[in-house]
Amino acid sequence: MKSLRFAIPLIIFIGLMLLMLKGLWQDPKLVDSPLIGKPVPDFSLPELLDPSKSVEPEQFLGQVWLLNVWGSWCPECWREHGYLEELSTRHGLTIVGINWRDETADAVDMLRRAGNPYTAIGVDPETTAVLDLGVYGAPESYLIDKQGIIRFKQVGAVTPQLWNSELEVLVKRLRSEG
Amino acid sequence: MKDKIRLCKRLLLLLVLLVGSSAMAAIETYEFDTPEQEALFKKMIVELRCLVCQNQNLADSNAELAVDLREKTYEMVKAGKSEADIIEYMVARYGDFVLYRPPVKSSTLFLWLGPLLFLAIAIIVAIRFIGSRQNAGADPELTDEQLQMARDLLNKEKKSP
Amino acid sequence: MIPEIGHFALILALGMAFIQTVFPLAGAQFGYQGWIHVAKPAARLQAFFLTLSFAALVWAFLADDFSVRYVASNSNTKLPTLYKVSAVWGAHEGSLLLWALILAIWGMMVSFFSRSIPQVMTARVLGILGIVSIGFLLFMLLTSNPFDRIPAPLEGRDLNPLLQDFGLAVHPPMLYMGYVGLAVPFAFAIAAMLGGHLDAAWARWSRPWTNAAWMFLTLGIALGSWWAYYELGWGGWWFWDPVENASFMPWLVATALMHSLAVTEKRGAFKAWTVLLAIFAFSLSLLGTFLVRSGVLTSVHAFASDPERGVFILGFLAFVIGSSLTLFAIRGNQIRSFVHFSLLSRESGLLLNNILLVVITLVVLMGTIYPILHNAMGWGNLSVGKPYFDFFFAVLSVPLLLALGVAALLRWKKDDAAALVKKLVPALIVSLLAGVLVMLWFGFSLGAILGVGLAVWVIWLSGVAVRDQLRGKRRLSSIPRGFWGMILGHLGVAVFTIGVTLTSIYSVEKDVGLGAGESYELSGYTFTFNEIREIEGPNYSGTRGIVTASDGDYSVMLYPEKRTYFSSSMPMTEAGIDAGLTRDLFVALGEPLGNGKWAVRLYHKPFIRWIWLGTIIMGIGGIVAVTDKRYLRMARRKKATAASVSSRGATA
Repeated sequence: MKSLRFAIPLIIFIGLMLLMLKGLWQDPKLVDSPLIGKPVPDFSLPELLDPSKSVEPEQFLGQVWLLNVWGSWCPECWREHGYLEELSTRHGLTIVGINWRDETADAVDMLRRAGNPYTAIGVDPETTAVLDLGVYGAPESYLIDKQGIIRFKQVGAVTPQLWNSELEVLVKRLRSEG
Repeated sequence: MKDKIRLCKRLLLLLVLLVGSSAMAAIETYEFDTPEQEALFKKMIVELRCLVCQNQNLADSNAELAVDLREKTYEMVKAGKSEADIIEYMVARYGDFVLYRPPVKSSTLFLWLGPLLFLAIAIIVAIRFIGSRQNAGADPELTDEQLQMARDLLNKEKKSP
Repeated sequence: MIPEIGHFALILALGMAFIQTVFPLAGAQFGYQGWIHVAKPAARLQAFFLTLSFAALVWAFLADDFSVRYVASNSNTKLPTLYKVSAVWGAHEGSLLLWALILAIWGMMVSFFSRSIPQVMTARVLGILGIVSIGFLLFMLLTSNPFDRIPAPLEGRDLNPLLQDFGLAVHPPMLYMGYVGLAVPFAFAIAAMLGGHLDAAWARWSRPWTNAAWMFLTLGIALGSWWAYYELGWGGWWFWDPVENASFMPWLVATALMHSLAVTEKRGAFKAWTVLLAIFAFSLSLLGTFLVRSGVLTSVHAFASDPERGVFILGFLAFVIGSSLTLFAIRGNQIRSFVHFSLLSRESGLLLNNILLVVITLVVLMGTIYPILHNAMGWGNLSVGKPYFDFFFAVLSVPLLLALGVAALLRWKKDDAAALVKKLVPALIVSLLAGVLVMLWFGFSLGAILGVGLAVWVIWLSGVAVRDQLRGKRRLSSIPRGFWGMILGHLGVAVFTIGVTLTSIYSVEKDVGLGAGESYELSGYTFTFNEIREIEGPNYSGTRGIVTASDGDYSVMLYPEKRTYFSSSMPMTEAGIDAGLTRDLFVALGEPLGNGKWAVRLYHKPFIRWIWLGTIIMGIGGIVAVTDKRYLRMARRKKATAASVSSRGATA
């Protein structure tokens, strides 16, 4: 029918509206990490509390661990620390920290006041390892499996909700893997 | 879902406050070996996105991460890396999101071919439209009623000053 | 007290909007004359109440009433008075109030300037405008009330320092006059479809409103671009940011609409297309409003984003446009025109012009929303930025400019190919010559030849069009203003093109570290960094650099500054600019490098002012076209006819 063509704009418009509706519930600022499923990039950073030692990912092969990027300048990190402590003590999760763009004194002070959940802390004042990890803000965390492959990335703090909904199950599964 | 959104909003606020994108142009006085290197650097920092900013490229942003990425880009340019190398480096870490010039891949096919498609469809529609108007007949017939209306209007026009 | 009055006035305005919508539309549908006549007074009252409401908000800012949350969030006692006023529209709630106010003002103006339009039509037009008003007023009252109260803090936050600038104070109102003004041709189009028929008279009524809205939109966008250039410190003037695109797309379609209306008025052709363009233009305005306030896209311009608010706007958008397009689907066939015209004719030329404008709009639209689509399909995040838009816009503007030059010369209905070609050949020669000259002067670039050549093509052929018009006319005044408006509009485009081409290709930029007394040479100018001083402003402190730029004969002092506003820690640049018709010299101050040196950015930007000069010329063209006497003449004749009829009636 000839007059059907006049309905074309309407049809296109409906499609557009559905797309916009879907878009409302997406956050355009949450960037996916291309590193999921890839081995954690190699790095060798001096240990915060003992600069003669170094922190490297190879040291954690064979276990499931969480790599957490933080800094004393980041308010969310302060809030996160307490919960990370709980995760490491109660659930036995190995947490390795990377202290990003920070002063040693400030970082040590923060550990004293907010808690120290870390097995080891690498210092990265120049954004070297952090860049390779594709970090763009703090706090960010990566869950890494026994073979050193990144399996999950959290942009933002690790929270009880996250643990209960996704992380705990994932950690259990990764631990049971060979 | 709502929690996630709230979390994200707080993170957003955090990022903006701290690593805040400012209106200030970031000015670093880099030295280059050749004009080609300088041109490549300028091109790269304009085409790479600052991830912590509200839609700015690396050139315009003063955010700390942007400063770091500009530094890295400078290092790579100085080391003689090519445009493709630099893009690969950034994308490997941050994904396609970091490129303001979207890559050509299957998921962006419609994006890159779309304009051509739109133009083709538009031209076809136009040709058919013009074609149909070539054969459009004489001026439309008036009904007797419309003819009388026209006569009345014209008479009114004549009578008015 | 006053904010409460403002709030109450807002509610009254909503009431008026309801009256403005329900009675006239029902009256027009069922023939109730009394109800039809409610439209004009209701529109005027709505405008009155909204003005009252707006004035109340302005008062709250001027009186530093921080018990109003919106005032506390966007102002403080140290803010200069001018910016206290402009802060009214500096954020989400206030800018919505401005939107609603401007819509009401347009409605009021329609109610005053519609004497030559049948009452039924006016009633419908105002009714449609009323529906849009209801949407925005409800949105405000339900989700974004500018008059919300809080326990008053001692001091407010601050207006974003970026907005503390004259250019940016004027930019939103100007832009909204355009954006919102497109609701008027939209309302005319819907009213015509509701009435079931569309004729050349409808086009004549719509044209001045469309031209006026277009003119405001042109100037509004230009102001934003100019502001970005001198304020942001990176010498850029257009970023293809989603919000910029949200204002540019309606402009493109409004341009197409203006031209389509001309065809419908003169020849009765393109009726369905014109209606569709009117709907499309305003849809893009509403879509823009949605994009900016919903958080679907990241943008430097975006207001505080909120998915819940986004749903409301989206719903409203879907309702208004969905209904319009449904109406079009149903009535489209009835309003079609079958007017004959040749392949070589002005009608064809304008059709080509409109097609290109619409394709450009679709490309910009697609680029803007593709990241949303990409993510929604599960393919992850994607950015579509300047490189994409620049490329396609440049490519598509080539045929557009070619057509622009030719179309103004074409005759209606049927033109003679041989005669046309005779006019085009000299134009081609002159354009190529101009391109080559530019290349010789500035340096080799194919892009420059193309850009400048196309601009000269348009200018030359506009001159030919003027010559053709003047031939055989005894008086200059017998040429309608609409013609001059067209010529100015086209010349504006040409000037704009020259500015964009030359500045994009031949701008030079350099970042250097300079100590006191040191110089650097750029594009024939020597920039000497004299000294640095500390400065204090009303609500900021900072450093000012004193730089001399000289090319031997000419010398100028430039004062780039870095300011820190007390309210936020965000440092701001004020560039030192020496503006000139043929070039801008631009200096921005960076950080101290230690050892007494400072980082400075130096720019030489040839012909950049021509970009905004072009838009000003376009704007003037719009004003000239709107004041075409033919629109006023028709009103006068109608009045005379009405007067003679009534006098006859009195004597009978």
